[in-house]
Amino acid sequence: MDNTKREMVCIACPVGCHLTVSTAEDGSVVVEGNRCQRGVEYGREELLAPKRVVTATLAVSRGKSPRVPVKTDAPLLKAFIPGLLDQVYNMEIAAPVALGMVVLENIGGTGVRLVTTRSVLEVRAI
Amino acid sequence: MNTHYDVVVIGAGVCGAAIARRLSAYELKVALVEKEVDVSFGVSKANSGIVHGGFHHSTKSLKSKLEVQGNRMFDQLKEELHFPFERCGILVVAFSTEEMRTVEQLYRQGVANRAVGIELCNRERILMLEPKLNNDVVGGLFAPAGGIIEPYRLVFSLVECAQQNGVEVLLNWEVSSAVDQGSYYTLKNQKGETIEADYVVNAAGLYTDRISALFGAEEYKIVPRKGEEFLMDRNAKAYTRRVIFPVPDPLSKGTLVIPTVEGTTMIGPTAEMIEDKEDTTTTRDNFEKAFYSARRLVPAVSERDIITSFTGLRPTIAGDDFYIDYSRKVPRFIHVAGIQSPGLTASPAIGEYVKHLLKKRGIRLVEKPDWKPSIAEVPRIRELSPFDADQLIATDPSYGEIVCRCENISEKEIVEAIRRGHVTLDGIKFYTRAQMGRCQGGFCTYKILKILQRETGMTIDEITKRGKDSFVVTSRIGELAVGATVEGAV
Amino acid sequence: MRQEHYDVAVIGGGSAGMAAAISLAQRGKSVVLFEREEVLGGILLQCIHNGFGLHHFKEELTGPEYAERVSKTLEELPVTVFVGSTVMHMEEAHAGEGKIVYAYSREHGIVMAEVRAVVLAMGCRERNRGNIGTPGTRPAGVYTAGLAQRLVNVEGYIPGKEVVIVGSGDIGLIMARRMTWVGAKVKAVVEIQPYPAGLTRNIVQCLNDFSIPLYLSHIVSEIHGKNRVEAVTITPMVDGMPDTQRSFRVDCDTVLLSVGLVPDNEVSKKLGVQLNPETNGALVDSRLMTNVPGVFACGNVLHVHDLVDFVTEESTRCGEYVAEYLDGVRPAAQHRVVAGSNVKYVLPNWYDRSHDNRFYLRPMVVKNRAELQVRLDGHVIKTKVLKHVQPSEMIALALDEKDLGDGAAQGDLRLEIAIV
Repeated sequence: MDNTKREMVCIACPVGCHLTVSTAEDGSVVVEGNRCQRGVEYGREELLAPKRVVTATLAVSRGKSPRVPVKTDAPLLKAFIPGLLDQVYNMEIAAPVALGMVVLENIGGTGVRLVTTRSVLEVRAI
Repeated sequence: MNTHYDVVVIGAGVCGAAIARRLSAYELKVALVEKEVDVSFGVSKANSGIVHGGFHHSTKSLKSKLEVQGNRMFDQLKEELHFPFERCGILVVAFSTEEMRTVEQLYRQGVANRAVGIELCNRERILMLEPKLNNDVVGGLFAPAGGIIEPYRLVFSLVECAQQNGVEVLLNWEVSSAVDQGSYYTLKNQKGETIEADYVVNAAGLYTDRISALFGAEEYKIVPRKGEEFLMDRNAKAYTRRVIFPVPDPLSKGTLVIPTVEGTTMIGPTAEMIEDKEDTTTTRDNFEKAFYSARRLVPAVSERDIITSFTGLRPTIAGDDFYIDYSRKVPRFIHVAGIQSPGLTASPAIGEYVKHLLKKRGIRLVEKPDWKPSIAEVPRIRELSPFDADQLIATDPSYGEIVCRCENISEKEIVEAIRRGHVTLDGIKFYTRAQMGRCQGGFCTYKILKILQRETGMTIDEITKRGKDSFVVTSRIGELAVGATVEGAV
Repeated sequence: MRQEHYDVAVIGGGSAGMAAAISLAQRGKSVVLFEREEVLGGILLQCIHNGFGLHHFKEELTGPEYAERVSKTLEELPVTVFVGSTVMHMEEAHAGEGKIVYAYSREHGIVMAEVRAVVLAMGCRERNRGNIGTPGTRPAGVYTAGLAQRLVNVEGYIPGKEVVIVGSGDIGLIMARRMTWVGAKVKAVVEIQPYPAGLTRNIVQCLNDFSIPLYLSHIVSEIHGKNRVEAVTITPMVDGMPDTQRSFRVDCDTVLLSVGLVPDNEVSKKLGVQLNPETNGALVDSRLMTNVPGVFACGNVLHVHDLVDFVTEESTRCGEYVAEYLDGVRPAAQHRVVAGSNVKYVLPNWYDRSHDNRFYLRPMVVKNRAELQVRLDGHVIKTKVLKHVQPSEMIALALDEKDLGDGAAQGDLRLEIAIV
């Protein structure tokens, strides 16, 4: 990936400034096209360490719903996302599941956790 | 050892179904074979659903004879088979004195055909019969015996009745070769399975020409005439009280405004001769043509109300008549070919007619003492008052589970469809109307998928929209490698 | 048949219905709530992505979290909730101002609730292929984005492996990311307008993150495939007309449609509720009451909101209005509100000069530094400068008595709201 110059749209607010973000010779990040200071922060992070909140689902055994939704409790470095998803899709937890239950700790050593975002009741055996 | 039948009917459209049911009244071993995954999935599924009034066709034709005769049979059939049908009447509307002359010609033809109750209308009378007509109307024709019907429901009911009386239905059974063994035929399908038949009835719709060739019978060509239909919401302002026809042109009866028997409005069909028997595409041009013609009849027709469109193919044959006759070239073979409009109307009479042809060719008809002309009626929750619905739910709680919110269809009705062998999304749609309303399955599809899995034991990736490889869902989460796709991301 | 009596029946247990029921119960009214599905929460439950609740809860939640928080509040209040219950009929009671609501369910058969007021909160449905008239064959593999979302996020089924998305509404964008995140390949998002229908944030995070091409001013002009989708033809629009010479084909097995939402008002019509053809939602007065006294509407069944937070706000307020109605409060004379230049619609459709009024409006244009103008009797009585407007973002506007001038003013009392 070429880190020296990138075009991006700022999403800090709905105006959507078109930013040009580049790395100066001294290593500092230069943001152009922004109409406010938030654009600088946005551009810098997107260039150096883009992060996203990841949401997904994982299988639930004996649940009233076959899957439970989960999210990372903080934005995760984008590079870790594919690996996390593959891992999550191969997991299964047993009902009952409480909302906010921690499913994975310290993803990729980042300290980010994966937590459930819905409670799932158990199907009672008849 | 091959199964041996007295009669094999090829094609489970409305003709094949009507013939099979008629034959089921006799001590005969009958099979109804169909290349699609369900009955009525060929020409019959995209029919306009009109029971015609008996004035469109020349008195000399077999068409008009069977049309008028078939029309009269529908009241009793409905009593026995419970398909949605209503004699709402048909109007042909004229917008000029010239058109009115054609209408008068139709009237005389209808009288000669002995169409029931047919009359000519002045402007005031026709507007009274249908206030939503374009004010420019000058007059027209009223055929009170004309009506509206759910075409696939008619086929489903006919087949169910036939099955109940011993007819075997073979689905996904495409006849690929036939050999005359002297006193019977051996029929082979695409999978190499064979059956034997003393008599064969060729009711294969668009493919009657191909079947005829397989048996070495008469050569003819079926040319599909494509017709697009546009279905509108049940709240459409264009909903009329009667079926509205324009004055016909030489190619077809024209584009109609149809108040369907289930309360929606349909515009169509267009008419276009094509070559490809599989071409059921819809096009922008035909959409514009259909709406232009329909708005001329009923100005309230609005594009806003469209919920779906589809294409039907009518099997046309040279000459302007049905070709229903025994083969002069090969023995024990009956053609039921070129059954375009008014084929649905004529179908009960075609059943009768084919029975006579078979008798003429030497088949022995002995009535079954225990033939049951009626099938059980499946209650529809939306047709009941809340009080009656409550009692029904008490007998079976799944009547209380509303699966389709647009057409108000209960889980029980879905299950009844599945138990009758309609195990594709389209089969369930045609039987119950779930997915046929304004959301077009947006809300109920996932529920139907669950019920189908539970009732049939199929897995999610085996379920299709309408057989073959029309799979609804391709995978489950975890089956596709995510890393590969996401890795390429910036 | 089970017969019950309540002050109010709330039809629908999504974000709107729950908020209205909470608001009513907190004001001491007896409430029955009917929900079709087995759990409360509505469409939020399949929206497992985050971005909900920034206004209402002051934190960023996923759809299921938002739904569960609200339903927890509801559970603590004395509201009678029937889940798995579909309201199929409603009628005026034979005597008095009451209404009768009939709900069908597996568990209870028919529940007949006699009530004094009804809150319509049934939400919306998705526009589909028939509504946009996409020509071609009719194979399996064409789904609305919301159905695909349900299949993927709740059931765990993936509808297809190679996807083209029609329409750049938020659900379509969110589904582009979701399909990618479950291992499918999204090959194109096709938008007929020259600008995206969804939020910029979703364009960036759902498309740009995965280099998914967005074709603005393009349409899917034909769907191909006999049994299952095999490809689509994409055609650019030039001056509002398809330029078929420049059409190109994209192979895919799935087409997802994100072409707009429509309030789902079919049951409302049984009570004679009048609809606004612009929104397909009810016409409502300043207190969110329809033309039928005692029948109110809120949330997406009234108009399609872009943030659930606004639904909660509007529905909570609706609950207050219903409670006051039950206490005998009747609004003063009301006057029409009309959508002026560049505004698709304004809600409510009437205003009350003797109170504060709160409006939601949807712009028809994309514009930076737009001016919102409120006009009364030909005069501009209030303006507001907006940094940026676009059709995908609803605008909230409050007018108090002071803005509306002294109550004695005569002349044309229609209030017009425009964007210039």
